[in-house]
Amino acid sequence: MKFQLKNILAVMALTLAFSSCSSDSDTLIVDELAELTKFKEIINSTHTIELYAHKGALEQGHNEISLRIKDKASGDYVKNATITWMPLMHMTMMTHSCPKSGVEKITADGTLYKGTIVFQMPQNATEYWDLKIDYTINGAAYTATSVIDVPASAKQRVTTFTGSDTAKYIVAYVEPHNPKVAVNDMMVGVYKMESMMSFPLVDNFKVKIDPRMPSMGNHGSPNNVDLTQSTSDKLYHGKLALTMTGLWKINLQLLNASDIVLKGEAITDLVPASSIYFEIEF
Amino acid sequence: MYWQQSYWPFCNFSIMKKKLYGFVLLYFTSIPLFAQDQVTDTVVPKTLKEVIVIGKKTQLYQQQNKPLAAVEEYLQQSGKVGMIKRGSYAWEPILNNMTTERTLITIDGMRVFGACTDKMDPITSYVEISNLSEATITSGQQGGNHGATIGGSIDLKRSRSGFVNSGWDVLINSGFESNSNQKILGSAVNYANNRFYIDTDFMYRDAENYTAGNNQEVLFSQFRKFNISATSGFSFDENKMLEASLIYDKATDVGYPALPMDVSLAEALITSLKFEYVPKASNIKNWETKIYYNTITHRMDDTKRPFVPIHMDMPGWSDTYGFYSKAKGVFKSHHFTVDLNSFYNRSVAEMTMYPSDPNESLMFMFTWPDVRTLYNGLFVEDSILLNSQSSLKFSVSAANHSNVIANDLGLESLQIFYPTMKASKNRILKSISSNYTYNKNGFQYGFGLAYGERAPSVSEGYGFYLFNSFDRYDYIGNPELRNEKSSEANAFIGFRTKKLSTKISSSYFHISNYIVGKPTENMIPMTIGASGIKIYSALNYATIFNTDLDIEYQFDMNFRWAGQLVYSYGQDYEKENLPFISPLRYSASFQYKVEKFSSEISVQGNAVHAQYSLFYGEKRTPDYAILNFASSYAFQVDHSKWYVKAGAENILDQYYTTFSDWNAIPRKGINFFLNISFGL
Repeated sequence: MKFQLKNILAVMALTLAFSSCSSDSDTLIVDELAELTKFKEIINSTHTIELYAHKGALEQGHNEISLRIKDKASGDYVKNATITWMPLMHMTMMTHSCPKSGVEKITADGTLYKGTIVFQMPQNATEYWDLKIDYTINGAAYTATSVIDVPASAKQRVTTFTGSDTAKYIVAYVEPHNPKVAVNDMMVGVYKMESMMSFPLVDNFKVKIDPRMPSMGNHGSPNNVDLTQSTSDKLYHGKLALTMTGLWKINLQLLNASDIVLKGEAITDLVPASSIYFEIEF
Repeated sequence: MYWQQSYWPFCNFSIMKKKLYGFVLLYFTSIPLFAQDQVTDTVVPKTLKEVIVIGKKTQLYQQQNKPLAAVEEYLQQSGKVGMIKRGSYAWEPILNNMTTERTLITIDGMRVFGACTDKMDPITSYVEISNLSEATITSGQQGGNHGATIGGSIDLKRSRSGFVNSGWDVLINSGFESNSNQKILGSAVNYANNRFYIDTDFMYRDAENYTAGNNQEVLFSQFRKFNISATSGFSFDENKMLEASLIYDKATDVGYPALPMDVSLAEALITSLKFEYVPKASNIKNWETKIYYNTITHRMDDTKRPFVPIHMDMPGWSDTYGFYSKAKGVFKSHHFTVDLNSFYNRSVAEMTMYPSDPNESLMFMFTWPDVRTLYNGLFVEDSILLNSQSSLKFSVSAANHSNVIANDLGLESLQIFYPTMKASKNRILKSISSNYTYNKNGFQYGFGLAYGERAPSVSEGYGFYLFNSFDRYDYIGNPELRNEKSSEANAFIGFRTKKLSTKISSSYFHISNYIVGKPTENMIPMTIGASGIKIYSALNYATIFNTDLDIEYQFDMNFRWAGQLVYSYGQDYEKENLPFISPLRYSASFQYKVEKFSSEISVQGNAVHAQYSLFYGEKRTPDYAILNFASSYAFQVDHSKWYVKAGAENILDQYYTTFSDWNAIPRKGINFFLNISFGL
């Protein structure tokens, strides 16, 4: 907050002082980084790549990652790079990737690029994630790779399982970031593990939700709306009703396009929890 | 029953509205008609209200069977009043078989709202008998001058010395009850002269668990409370006076054996400032304006219960600011009252649950989402003396009632159930009533018709997961409820001679949009062990009927007999029984009095509660009868007056429970009491 406030004050002072020639780019830079915190710098011989996230860290599950590339020589931020990335988990026996989006420029004039990565498992003492970033600037190709910290999340935010169709799926919690006692807009990503390196979003599935409070008799909430795929962002959207603060377990069922349950159980008196679920606490 | 038949003609509600219009027309035609009839002002029109005298502090003992009884025990002497009991403290008055939402209980015209979502703190629990001089019970719409009501009103009147030259007056009250070991200690210090008076009193009660019949202890039925109050008036002109009044009441460690939780604190501060003006030689005889403020804090407590599935805090707060300005006047044969009244109430209640894992986040919700209620009403009443025997009375009122949810979290919580609901809701409430009374040579009768509306209560409109331990459902308020509308017919007939006094009075209510909780499918209750969720909604209509017969007979100077018989019924439009409808109930007492000694034996009982409502969680309760006895003696030692009263209640130590005992908790077994008062 202090950081932001200082910037805002600085910009206000600037705009006051140079009101005739105030530069839009200054304002934009401040806006670009609003609510973002840098958590990593990856350096190669030519550039410094700064990685940002809301929380200032990565964790197991769905992560929104912003980055910008600074030219070491000029100190300027590159505005016209084309970027791809490849997160890799180095396990003792094998190496695999995870679901990820492309990396897109946020605004034409800005310096910030953004994408999402779903880390389905955390690092541990012997196994780790690294992130390889390949980018081209004005036809010249560059690359940078670094180990990144992906600790386990405190609450379950992602679940990996084999469906009844024998395919492997990853379901990741995206929204709400800041749950409220209200009807929240809920967003989830559903990915299929086609290979060790390919995890595309799946289409036309359905995610049923049943939020419960295990610490309070496993009671639920009314008027939830099961999640269906949005045509625009391809994620699954629905409504999550939370009637009080506390720890909620969102029990899930994944249904395919023909409404066949691939994984997860409906909650009854005898089945207090589904085998796939998320947790949120607030 | 014969008296029912005699009133049926007034109960035809298909033509109710037409009749009402008829009465309005009658009113306007009556003005020129009866205005010519010059009647002296000294004759005051009779009203249908019932007054229970509690007594001036100095004579507390003179009226009652048990002088230091709780306010509730005084009130239930009326055939129109019953009490829902959740323990031995803070009983909820029901008037004409209707609970708090449908009735109006005021303290000297002031609106006070309990701060408990589970109705553990009716207004009557925040006053003491020592604060009060009388309670005026008015049935139906005639009780609508302090706000909207369906069943009627109870106005608790503060006691005051008035501008009499009585000087200092000190009284000490003390009492003991063997059952529950209740210790009562009170004092009153009053001073009055012809320009100034101040009345102060203090009362302290401390009771342990009581035992039901057969010596069965009722756990968690203890309570402790104290109450201080002061009223002071100053006459700064011979016809203008100012009065300030204050009540502070604090109850701690109150057990509610019928509920899953107790109360650690119920605290009220009730204040007012009144200006009264008695114009000389004017049509306006009295003009009274009062501003008031009261604040209530209520904390439920489950820490003393041996087994709770999850520990929770449930505090509630209710603050009310209000005013009224009431003028009474006489114009020819018209005795009129105009009452402009407003209040602004803020009701907040919350619930915090503590998970067994202390690292987990607390579970928090608003059970009353900071609901602000603004009420502005105008009430006009005119009593017209037709002649020396009969009078007509009309009243109309209109009010604006608005609710706003001031807390966003609370609003968004309710929007889970009502996605399109707005934070505010405005309602117009109307009421009209007309009554005719006749009184000649001890024979009197009267009848009336009325129509009135009420807004849903805070719980009914905005409650969020309120657990009702009676039917074991979680209740959700419904902000989209329509106003409840009551059409009402009432009648009474009485006869009085020097020795005999009899009166039967009846009220019949046809209530449309009758608000009740309806179970919903596929919704999971929050409370551990609850059966489901009920959402407040409206029945097409319900009908409630109440009739009571009072008889008194004075055999001679020494012997007096009094009896009361009450019959009620209540059904919804599908002929299903409503809850808390009294079965046939009766009481009779025989009193012997000679000089300063008096003795009384009384019996009271219920028939079987056969018309119980399974749907609302009621069970059949058997009939019962209990026997009470009391004796008193007054004497003087030097200049101090002493008064001793001793007695026994439920002498036969019956184990019993009644229709209005929450979750069928048993009532007190045998109880010996001793009240000693002395005044200087």
